[in-house]
Amino acid sequence: MHSSLWLTALLVVPLLGMALLIAFRKVTKGAYIVGVATAAVELAISLVVLFLYNSGIKGAGTFDFAYRLIVAAPFGLAYDVAVSGISIVMIVLTAIVVVVALLGARETKHEVAFVCWMLFLLMATMGAFVSHDLLEFFLFFELTLVPSYFLIAQWGGPERARAALKFFIYTFFGSGFLLVGILYLGFAHLHQAGGDLNFSYGILSGTSLSHGTEVWLFIAFAISFAIKSPIFPFHTWSPIAYAEAPTSGSMVLSALLAKLGTYGLLVFAVGLFPLALHTIQPYVLTLAVIGILYGSALAAVSKDMKRLVAYSSLAQVGFITLGTVTGSKLAMVGAVLLMFNHGVITAAFFLIIGYIEKRRGSYLLADLKGLQGPAPVLAALFTVVMLASIGLPGLSGFISEFLILLGTFGTHQWWGIVATTGVLFSALYLLWAYQQVFQGKAEGPNATIKDVSGRERLIILPLIMLIVGLGVFPQPLLNRITPSVQQIVVHVAPTGVSK
Amino acid sequence: MKLVAPSIHYLAIAPELALLGGALLLLFASALRPSRISNLQATVVTAASSIAVVVIAFFQWSDVASHGARTTIDHAIALDGFSIVASAIVGVGLLLSTLVAHDWAKRANVRNGEFSILALAASSGAVIMAQANDLVVIFIALEILSIGLYVLVAFDRHRAASSEAALKYFLMGGFASAVFIYGAALVYGATGTTNLSSISYFLGKNELLRPGLLIAGGALLLVGFSFKVAAAPFHSWAPDVYQGAPSPVTGFMASIVKVGAFAAFVRVLISALGTQQDTWRPIFWVLIVLTTFVGAGLALVQRDAKRLLAYSSINHAGFMLLGLWAGTVRGAAATLYYLITYAPLVIATFAIVTLMGGPNDTSHAVESYRGLARRQPWLGGAFAILLLAQAGAPFTTGFFAKFSVLSAAVDAGGAPIAIIAMVAASIAFFFYLRWTLSLYAEDALDAPRIVVPWPTALVIAFGVVTTIVFGIWVGPFADLAHKATLLFLP
Repeated sequence: MHSSLWLTALLVVPLLGMALLIAFRKVTKGAYIVGVATAAVELAISLVVLFLYNSGIKGAGTFDFAYRLIVAAPFGLAYDVAVSGISIVMIVLTAIVVVVALLGARETKHEVAFVCWMLFLLMATMGAFVSHDLLEFFLFFELTLVPSYFLIAQWGGPERARAALKFFIYTFFGSGFLLVGILYLGFAHLHQAGGDLNFSYGILSGTSLSHGTEVWLFIAFAISFAIKSPIFPFHTWSPIAYAEAPTSGSMVLSALLAKLGTYGLLVFAVGLFPLALHTIQPYVLTLAVIGILYGSALAAVSKDMKRLVAYSSLAQVGFITLGTVTGSKLAMVGAVLLMFNHGVITAAFFLIIGYIEKRRGSYLLADLKGLQGPAPVLAALFTVVMLASIGLPGLSGFISEFLILLGTFGTHQWWGIVATTGVLFSALYLLWAYQQVFQGKAEGPNATIKDVSGRERLIILPLIMLIVGLGVFPQPLLNRITPSVQQIVVHVAPTGVSK
Repeated sequence: MKLVAPSIHYLAIAPELALLGGALLLLFASALRPSRISNLQATVVTAASSIAVVVIAFFQWSDVASHGARTTIDHAIALDGFSIVASAIVGVGLLLSTLVAHDWAKRANVRNGEFSILALAASSGAVIMAQANDLVVIFIALEILSIGLYVLVAFDRHRAASSEAALKYFLMGGFASAVFIYGAALVYGATGTTNLSSISYFLGKNELLRPGLLIAGGALLLVGFSFKVAAAPFHSWAPDVYQGAPSPVTGFMASIVKVGAFAAFVRVLISALGTQQDTWRPIFWVLIVLTTFVGAGLALVQRDAKRLLAYSSINHAGFMLLGLWAGTVRGAAATLYYLITYAPLVIATFAIVTLMGGPNDTSHAVESYRGLARRQPWLGGAFAILLLAQAGAPFTTGFFAKFSVLSAAVDAGGAPIAIIAMVAASIAFFFYLRWTLSLYAEDALDAPRIVVPWPTALVIAFGVVTTIVFGIWVGPFADLAHKATLLFLP
């Protein structure tokens, strides 16, 4: 068992960064450096946690770094942290994306406040991923709303107010179900076992519930996570929010906050109510497949690049959902891997769109043409990310989608067949977009844009390296993910869902 | 006939004696030497009395912890954990309000001797209300509390709105009191007693063949209380009165009345009418849905900060009712926790509203808050935190207040109403967030700076610090509310 101080440090470091920023808020020039340095320290800590993580600690499930401190007994509130092979992957993703977002998508207007909110969001997201307690998870899950709202509403595009409102109302509405579901589960356990009110993940997973109750709780949890992810038909907030948010906001929203939803679905909904899965499965699978097809179709007709990536995210989240609920171990491992890969890929997408927007002042497809002439490296970067998203073998997207589809075919053939067409569609709409934006003859302002600078290349490099590296050698992540997924599958298996 | 005076446990009534003593001292002093009572002296006496209430609460707590809860004055006054904590909140609320009122009086050129006397008297009413174990005592306490407030609301004699608000409050409040006393009479008719413990005992032992009288009486009591806590559909006075009253009075009223009325409400419902839960629960269900949604929904369209906060307080009342709906120990503790955390929050919020109102206490457009945090980062930032805390953002006491009542409701089998309340909370969260965002707008940088006198700054800092510190270090108040309720009089 490793010291939980590493995880506490993940929460404290961003707060220290914020304190520093607020204390020296007059020195606006330093904000950028402090922000990046804080996020870099965070990344370093999360990498240490990744390498130290040991899934084989006896009696701890696959959790490591565990620590529990009761904060308020009457409320069942505890500071309870631990990481599993699933959350460790998300922690690393969080740190990477925030570092890249702060480096590459700088906002010079009120920079101190901007960096503060980003660090606050970093802290809240980390908090959610290291929580080993449902109430604590909910607190952080809910806390992410506040910085995201301010980031969209203050630094977003022309329709930012409406986008922020829609984002906020949808997700807050969803979390109401989650909170009541958590409370219900906590009290169900209290009435069974007695003692103090307790929301610890490990303890609540032992609650025996009637099948009907499990189904209702699963639905309550799933609604909240489906809105956050977003899963069709709860996605309507996401295109406008992703499009109106500033570049860094879009990166964080799609790469991290969306993952809070899919992570929650896997760990809390499927993990805690495995018996309900059997009943719910056909519906969720169908929604996932519809999401894949619908997202692809809308991506194909999108008029701007941000919406295109937003809808393609909907399709990708469809794949993640598919893998999460099939009950097959392969598909679940694939789903977790895709959470990571999709995070990296969309972050890279939005970063590149940010680069284009900075040069052209627009991300509308109609305004862009023939960019590969004046900016060949930009085109090359986009190509790598695009191919990874399509699922070209050798790049990171492929392995995760392949695992998901392989697992799905084993358990739910027909859904698997329909979902596979989604891979084709993604090739269609992305290549189409590439054609429109990068090919043809550049005229007017398109002809004179500068290619990506050395600094910009350096910033996106880690993402490209992850895309290529994990495409060839995903083993380090798979080794950590698999035992934790196994823990969840064990509970699902007796119901006869898994094959 | 020989009258036997009931025995009096003086420690139990020490808080109201301290408050009334302070009021009498000021009253005589100002009557005898009118020129000599300065605002400072009045404030010092009030502050001393309110601190005395808090200190007495510590002694009472150790008394109750070792000897158990007890009643005194012929069982009319209860000394238990619940009443002790409630009166301590009143003490803290009075202290904070006095500091705000002191600065306001200086700016508005008001002699605050009378102000202090009335505030002290009203607070003693709130304390007695929290301790009352008899419907008649509750009624008297309610009147003491209300009459003081009627005058306080009208205190700004230069402003017609202030007098108008007072008249409205007086008429509505008088009506509510009449309804309440009629309800008490009917309950007396049904059970033969006005003592809450005896009512509970009677209803536990006897099956009422014709419960109509009791139901009618209970319903009227409920209406009376609903008026006082401004629960929909009995809320219509609140926005006008909140808007018309001098701002420091509004903050004082929002905290003290809620504490007194809810403490008595808990006692009547859970202690006296606990056996009738099946009868009053459905009514509460409707009250809660209406109150939370009316509060949240109408706050969305307000352009006046004080009206907006009035609707917000209606929304809060809906959540407090949720704890009562549960009708359990957990529910009572949740409502108490809500009151503990709400009082400093709302007084600090109104402290800033008082400052923003200017010397005439008239500029209260929500619009005038635009860009406040850009002009004055500390004041604006504090207001942002207070608003987010009222909204129930995680890691503030506002979140745990809502959490506690929701958990009590779910525990008592009320998952559906908890979900409904959460929907209302999401609407409420939105208007707080929108307001917070407008504090950071950049198009209103040339408004005059607001001068923050140190006593008011102290109150604001108290509100901000407690909401964050105890929003993270949740244990102390959660345990306090829990223990206080366990020491509840059966």
